[in-house]
Amino acid sequence: MSTREFSFVGKPGPKVDGLAKCMGLTKYADDLSLPRMAYGKLLRSSEAHARIVALDTSAAEALPGVYAVLTGEALPTQFGIMPVSQDELTLATHKVRYVGDPVAAVAAIDEETAEAACELIKVEYQPLPSVFSIAKALAPVQHAQDRIHEDFGQGGNIHKVVALEFGDTVAGFRQADHIAEDLFFYEGNTHLPMEQHSVLAQYEANGKLTVWSATQTPHYLHRALGVVLDIPMSRMRVIAPPVGGGFGGKDDPFSHELAAAKLAMITGRPVKITLTREEVFYAHRGRHPTLMWIKTGWKRDGTIAAMHCKSYLDGGAHGSYGPASIYYTGALQTSTYQVPAYKFEGVRVFTNKPPCGPKRGHGTPQARYAVEIHLDKVARQLGLNPAELRRRNLIEPHSVTVNWLEITTCGLRECLEKVSKSSGFNEKHGRLPEGQGVGLAVGAYICGAGLPIYWNALPHSEVQLKVDRSGTVTAYSGAIDIGQGSDTVLATIVAEVLGLRPGEIHLVTADTDLTPIDLGSYASRVTMMMGNAALQAARRMRDKLLAPVSRQLGLAAEQLVMKNGRVYDRDNPQQGVSFLETVQLAEAEQGPLTSVGSYTPPPKLGDYKGSGVGPSPAYSYSACVAQVHCDRETGEVRVEKIWLAHDIGQAINETLVIGQVEGGVYMGLGEALMEEYPFRTKLGTHKIPSMLDYKSPTAKDMPPVETILVKEYEERGPFGAKEVGQGPLLVVMPAVANAVYDALGVRIDELPLTAEKVLQALEKQAKGGLGRVGPKELPPFEFPAAIRVEPPEESP
Amino acid sequence: MEAEKTVLRLKINGEIFDLVAPVHKSLLEVLREELGLTGTKHGCELGECGTCTVLVNGRPVLSCLTLPIEVQGQEITTIEGVAHNGRPHPLQTAFTELGAAQCGYCTPGMILTAKALLEQTPHPSREQIQEALSGNLCRCTGYLKIFEAVELAAAQLGRSEGGNA
Repeated sequence: MSTREFSFVGKPGPKVDGLAKCMGLTKYADDLSLPRMAYGKLLRSSEAHARIVALDTSAAEALPGVYAVLTGEALPTQFGIMPVSQDELTLATHKVRYVGDPVAAVAAIDEETAEAACELIKVEYQPLPSVFSIAKALAPVQHAQDRIHEDFGQGGNIHKVVALEFGDTVAGFRQADHIAEDLFFYEGNTHLPMEQHSVLAQYEANGKLTVWSATQTPHYLHRALGVVLDIPMSRMRVIAPPVGGGFGGKDDPFSHELAAAKLAMITGRPVKITLTREEVFYAHRGRHPTLMWIKTGWKRDGTIAAMHCKSYLDGGAHGSYGPASIYYTGALQTSTYQVPAYKFEGVRVFTNKPPCGPKRGHGTPQARYAVEIHLDKVARQLGLNPAELRRRNLIEPHSVTVNWLEITTCGLRECLEKVSKSSGFNEKHGRLPEGQGVGLAVGAYICGAGLPIYWNALPHSEVQLKVDRSGTVTAYSGAIDIGQGSDTVLATIVAEVLGLRPGEIHLVTADTDLTPIDLGSYASRVTMMMGNAALQAARRMRDKLLAPVSRQLGLAAEQLVMKNGRVYDRDNPQQGVSFLETVQLAEAEQGPLTSVGSYTPPPKLGDYKGSGVGPSPAYSYSACVAQVHCDRETGEVRVEKIWLAHDIGQAINETLVIGQVEGGVYMGLGEALMEEYPFRTKLGTHKIPSMLDYKSPTAKDMPPVETILVKEYEERGPFGAKEVGQGPLLVVMPAVANAVYDALGVRIDELPLTAEKVLQALEKQAKGGLGRVGPKELPPFEFPAAIRVEPPEESP
Repeated sequence: MEAEKTVLRLKINGEIFDLVAPVHKSLLEVLREELGLTGTKHGCELGECGTCTVLVNGRPVLSCLTLPIEVQGQEITTIEGVAHNGRPHPLQTAFTELGAAQCGYCTPGMILTAKALLEQTPHPSREQIQEALSGNLCRCTGYLKIFEAVELAAAQLGRSEGGNA
């Protein structure tokens, strides 16, 4: 443990970009405009699955005020976020794959003209059989041309299948004294960021393209623009202005970004495209609807002997992050519990719906939901308190899991103890009045992915610092603040090392002309990776600045403290110089003062196919108790309070950490109780592509949240810090579901947990049944033989 | 396409703006696109999310559903007009200090709605705050820090009033 006293790290405080946001001064992508700017619009498919027989843009082109009409032939190169999922076109050429699939793009004098032009584009479709369910997508396809992707995937409408076995699960189940099996379904839902996606592109006569976009991953957008437009990345500039909420919904390169860039090149005008709210629903990349099966074997002492999980993911029309999403539904079960033998089988299918992708938690919320409800049921079967059952199985700190994940610090035991104690879980569980109940769940999440999206050996994050004779400190980072507070993390770390205040650090971020690389705001990676790069850059700058002062004062550099805008003798604080004098001494001696830092995650331990998903420098841990009140008459579930303990390692800014916990709880409650992404089964149209009909929790729905921070200093994190953006969400949904069981004795094994389902379950219970609502069977599908991986010797 | 245009005189944040704009443009569009007041954000342009809230005569109004012609001669307040001579309003400092703005996109609408509440109800209960803000969606914060910020601002405004009296 570090015993160091910090000036700012770990303390509550404002976001460095907070006041500008509260004053209305922050410029988001759609707030930008340029002289002569044209407005772009996409024409989107009205069909779920169809061949494009004819496409006539002549009337649109003839409309006064139209500058250009773009169709798919102009951009024939396919793209996709992962090297293995290059299955998207900017605009469809031969076929459309979902209602909302972009078909053409228009640039015009104003939005109305662009819209009118889109309506004048005539598209003749020849419908193809469409697929909207996992079960149907798993069935063989009669004619090859009816497949959603003829040249992608593993046959029929199957995108990808994985099967892995770590250790000997057959032996594990044979040795078990008790075996339990369950089925769960996790409905899809979407990010619903308040800011609609928006892009502005400008192409200059010298051949340089500049793109401003509301993106979480400017570096990956930069790459996709290079591939699709066939322009060297060195001839482009990609800027991500502050993003008005992402949650994973702005992680992919999108058609509107590529189309705006191409239209700017064609028209010689800046082109802006801002999606309507309805279009944001079609851009999607949200939570995969996932059907899950779990089987566990237990020893008499309540420890796990073996676990076997199967996931069936509805991927929608494209690959997106899907190959990673499948693995994430199977990778992290072992990060919380000691599982001596583990088998995972997963399949992702294509359907004629908007593509699914990485929503907050990326594949792990579904799996965590299943495991944590399953364990609640097992606890009852074994006659153990749910907290006690978990306690007997918790992963040990500094261990390696059966699937080769390297666990470093783990504050889960403390999280579990503290959340149980402050919520009174043990006293309340099974003992609250009828209709009231408590539920428990625990979880873990990665602090950044160990591997980049595309294979390379380069750093994942780089930070540069510049200090000059004015005393100005500027930090340059590719990291983009999407509201999570990456600007504040950057400023706080630099300020802490250099003895300044966070608000004094000037920031230049997410601009490929000015800032070094950061891979993006996804996978809860920014504090760990950008934070470490910033810490290294700041420490190097500190060394440069202290060298001349050290000589002048005749004191070793280690004897000097940088704090409160001064450099002084640790043992005689009166003896020292101001920060400004320090900088001037150093600049006189060394010339321009710059430093750099970078971060590359430690190598993964596993070397099996699929071992790239799951490894992380460290894992955050959470434990949650939900208390609910359920109305037997209406089926309504009201969450009375949430207690959430989170192992943060070390908060960089405590206000922001608690904000992330509360935001994660909020989003988890939305997923638990109301959010869903339903389609009309015949037409394939989205039923509710609007903010009114897509139910999300309002100010009146939000219960109080008690956040407990557990600080298990993480050697690999900057100042000991771990992630908080995603982990706290994972535990909310199962905690609520388990609380509903405690309240009513009914099991709702699918999300969202609506009043209607509660009533159905109560009806079944009244008739003497199990009182369960949830999936009843798995679709017929044979997984291939699992790849057998020997577990590490020291694994549980 | 040549749209019919109309002459407008709008009083925004105490200033008079004379302009000519297409007759069908919403107040939201006129504020953002004609006047460059981009502090007013939009999340749906259908009146569903509250993001584009401005005040008209002190009452919260969805600027995406308002035609500028309807509010001529009335006092329109946008987020740019909440600070006084560059000094942030207590709501703005409270939202900043307590982390009530994360991505910040819903924040202008939240602050304006809260300002209208505090002017009507200087010491609102938590329930009154929740009720007043229930039409403003936020996807980042879980609302709790927003409630706390409104309470803090109410306390500060109450103190400064007391000081004046």
